Amino acid sequence: MGRARGLQTPPSWRALGYWAYAYKRTWRGSLATSFLFPILYLAAMGIGLGSLVDKHTHTIDHVSYLYFIAPGLLASTAMQIGTNEATYPVMGAIKWIRTYFAMLATPLSVTDVLLGTLSWIGVRLAIVSGIYLSVIAAFGVVQSPLALLAFPAAVITGLAFTAPVAAFSATCQNDQWFSAIYRFGVIPLFLFSGTFFPVSQLPAWLRPVAYATPLYHGVTLCRELVLGQVDWPLLPVHVGYLVALIVGGYLVARVTFRRRLIT
Amino acid sequence: MAGTSTGDSPRASSATGSTATGSTATDLTLTRPSPLVTARGLVKRFGDFVAVDNIDFDIEKGESYGFLGPNGAGKTSTMRMIACMSPLSGGTLRVLGMDPATQGPSIRSRIGLVPQEDSLDLELTVLDNLMIYGRYFDLPRNVIRERAERLLDFAQLTDRAKDKVDPLSGGMKRRLTIARSLISAPELLILDEPTTGLDPQARHLLWDRLYRLKQEGVTQIITTHYMDEAEQLCDRLAVMDHGRFAAEGSPRELIDRFATREVLELRFRIDGQQAAAAAVEDLADRTEELPDRLLLYTDDGDSALRQVHERGLRPESAIVRRGTLEDVFLRLTGRTLVD
Repeated sequence: MGRARGLQTPPSWRALGYWAYAYKRTWRGSLATSFLFPILYLAAMGIGLGSLVDKHTHTIDHVSYLYFIAPGLLASTAMQIGTNEATYPVMGAIKWIRTYFAMLATPLSVTDVLLGTLSWIGVRLAIVSGIYLSVIAAFGVVQSPLALLAFPAAVITGLAFTAPVAAFSATCQNDQWFSAIYRFGVIPLFLFSGTFFPVSQLPAWLRPVAYATPLYHGVTLCRELVLGQVDWPLLPVHVGYLVALIVGGYLVARVTFRRRLIT
Repeated sequence: MAGTSTGDSPRASSATGSTATGSTATDLTLTRPSPLVTARGLVKRFGDFVAVDNIDFDIEKGESYGFLGPNGAGKTSTMRMIACMSPLSGGTLRVLGMDPATQGPSIRSRIGLVPQEDSLDLELTVLDNLMIYGRYFDLPRNVIRERAERLLDFAQLTDRAKDKVDPLSGGMKRRLTIARSLISAPELLILDEPTTGLDPQARHLLWDRLYRLKQEGVTQIITTHYMDEAEQLCDRLAVMDHGRFAAEGSPRELIDRFATREVLELRFRIDGQQAAAAAVEDLADRTEELPDRLLLYTDDGDSALRQVHERGLRPESAIVRRGTLEDVFLRLTGRTLVD
């Protein structure tokens, strides 16, 4: 078949195309949830609980509780989506639907398959984060044009979970590990990484643990950018930590995917 | 597109069509009538287990080549190596003149694979499955749509195009998997146990489709543990056992060489079989005792049966049948194909 080389769609994009195609069957519900969740959370925690918090303390870190919690929830949501999408869908593509094996019978390689999966999750994170930010803006929380940068910040926060979790999922024989990831990973991070209260409220010995979690850096980045109060010297640390997890996770995933898919 | 292909041809372009426009092909091996697939000393190991143990074969353009053997004989491992989905543990392999180790994507863009386990997306529609798969080959959407229409017709799934895959019958899913593997107009089609688990009607329909493809010049490699399937579909086949070739040839040759023209099958009461076996041994070229019946290999089954009766033996049932690949396998390995 004489198709001109050079006009090719990159193979990893073709793999991404599968996920986009498959998303057609769930996008309505998925988008509705993406709008509904931040609205519910911000209404209940930000305004409901927040009015109580503000009455007693006036401010946390010099802002009202709604302002404090909104960007934190953005980062936490990115973590949850980034983790979820790297568990069941990856296992499904290996074990249940066997999508990866269908792809590998075509010109696509393991790297293409992996990059397609990760970049699709990146697209999902971008959609969800975009919606979340617009809801936050509607609640009047956005304080600075820097908030636009919270969008890529949320995406890399999510991917910092996606890449290592995908690497792990490729080694799992069944899905019981995923509830463990949730119970012992996602939920504790959600509660203790600075989303709901400043890490400085933790006992001194626990604070270094919180600083070591990726979510802490994601929450801090998103909060500083949305509120326009950026601690510039520390910004590269937050970004660097998250990017290092993405790159490290990707490199490990290349090995675990290959080991699982090529026998 | 060559004018030789008819409207209902499932293939988008014939192999001859591509050689006519193949002035850009720099690969000289394609212009020589060399085999499509060549393996020498092919080995596949999983840890200590040797799945494929030093086999050689050549598969020519246009033929249907089969790997016949029981489960665990190494057929699928061989198949996956040819499909460039599994690295060799030893030996050399050339597919379409290329090396699977370094040119996997180029090879895979020219072959179609029907894996043993379907990998269809059950939640998507029949047509979507073809569209997605075609995109993996980077085919333009309009080309895929055009081919999909013809392939659905070929697979007799046109009226199910907009339905989800999940509720389709096993035979329909299998036909869809075959249609999907043809979306890239492959020169070589690899079918790993194409009809395992299907009812007889579905199998015959599938065989008919594969026969049509063969007539259109698509080279096929088929693994099966059904001897009737091997006889129906394969020009040439390798009988495989424990990762090795026990024999190779056309079904007719193999039967002539390792079985007899006819086989007399006798069933005795279980407790009487052993004594009967001793009593009829000299009536055939060879006898074989299975748990539930006695096989007498002879060129004249009826006369052997007459002599059995003359000796006063009264089997509970007696059938004279043609020698088959099952007999070949039994002769070569001492075991039956399907337990």
